[in-house]
Amino acid sequence: MRIGLIVAFLALVVLLAAGLTRNPREVPSPLVGKPAPAFELPRLGGEERFSPAQMRGKTWLLNVWASWCASCRDEHPVLVDFAKTRRAPLVGLNYKDAREDALRWLARYGDPYDLSVVDGDGRIGIDYGVYGVPETYVIDRAGVIRYKQIGPVTPDVMREKILPLIAKLEQ
Amino acid sequence: MRRALLVVAAVLFCGLALAREAQPLAADERVEARLMALAEELRCLVCQNESLAASRADLAMDLKREIREMIRAGKSDVEIRDFLVKRYGDFVLYRPPLKESTLLLWAGPFMLLVGGFALIAIFIRRRRAAQAASLSAEEEARADTLLGERTER
Repeated sequence: MRIGLIVAFLALVVLLAAGLTRNPREVPSPLVGKPAPAFELPRLGGEERFSPAQMRGKTWLLNVWASWCASCRDEHPVLVDFAKTRRAPLVGLNYKDAREDALRWLARYGDPYDLSVVDGDGRIGIDYGVYGVPETYVIDRAGVIRYKQIGPVTPDVMREKILPLIAKLEQ
Repeated sequence: MRRALLVVAAVLFCGLALAREAQPLAADERVEARLMALAEELRCLVCQNESLAASRADLAMDLKREIREMIRAGKSDVEIRDFLVKRYGDFVLYRPPLKESTLLLWAGPFMLLVGGFALIAIFIRRRRAAQAASLSAEEEARADTLLGERTER
C-alpha cells in the first residue's frame, strides 16, 4: 500500500514536472501543412506591391516583425547573419507599425530582408494566425507553410530547425 | 470685478457647452450583443487565461473588429468560429470539440475521478479486513485479565 502511494506520488511529480517544461505560449499552428494565405501588400519604402504568389518555385522565409517589438531586436542579428549566407529569400511582414519607425529601425539595425511588406492594420497577421511578434514561417516551393516559429528565431532554432528544413525542401 | 468673474465663469463652463450626449459604445447594439456572446467563448491568445471579451490586448481588439465585421456581413456564429479555428486552432475555443487530440482533455477529469473512487474503495476494504480480524476465546480472556488488572491498579 505504502509503496503504491509513493509510486503514484512520483508519477504525479513526473507528470507535473514535464508540464512545467512546456511553453504554454507555443500553440501548435493549424496552418502548418496548409497553403500560405494569399495577400497583396505594398512594400515598405516603395511603390510596388508584393504577393506570396511571386515566390512560387522558391523556398522562402516570411518573418513577422515590428519596430515596437522588443524581442525582434534579439532575433535581428540571427536574421542578418542568415541574409548574408543568401540561403533563401527572406521577406519581412512589418506588422502594425508606423512606416517611418519601421524604416528608421531598419536603417539603425540593418536590413536583412529582400523586401518588407506593410501590414498596417494587422489583417494579414490574423490570416497567418500571428499572436506574438516575432513569428517566422518557412514556405516551400508550392507555397505551403512547412514550419512556424513562434517568438524569436534563436541561433539554435536557425541551426537545428530552419536550415535543415530548407536543405530538405530544396532537395 | 464683475466682468472678471464673468470671464472666469465663461471659461469654467465652456466645457459644458462642448459636452455632448454620451455616444453608445457601438452603433448597433445587436451586433455588439452577438459579438460579446461569441467573444465570451473565445480565448485571447496574448493573455491566455482571459476571454476575448474581457481582453484589452491589441490583438483581441483587432479580432473583435474582424468578428464585428463578419457579423455585419451576415456570417453565422459557426462560420465565425471556423474562421478563428482555421487560423489559431482549437485552442481559441474554450469548449473545443471532442476529437482524438482533445480526448484526454475531456475524459481526463472523469478518469481521475474514477481512479480516486477506486483508491478509496481499496483503502476502505483493507481497513475493514484489518478490523474483522477477531480474537480467539483464549486471547479474549487474556485481554480481559490484562485490562482488568490495569483498571484495578
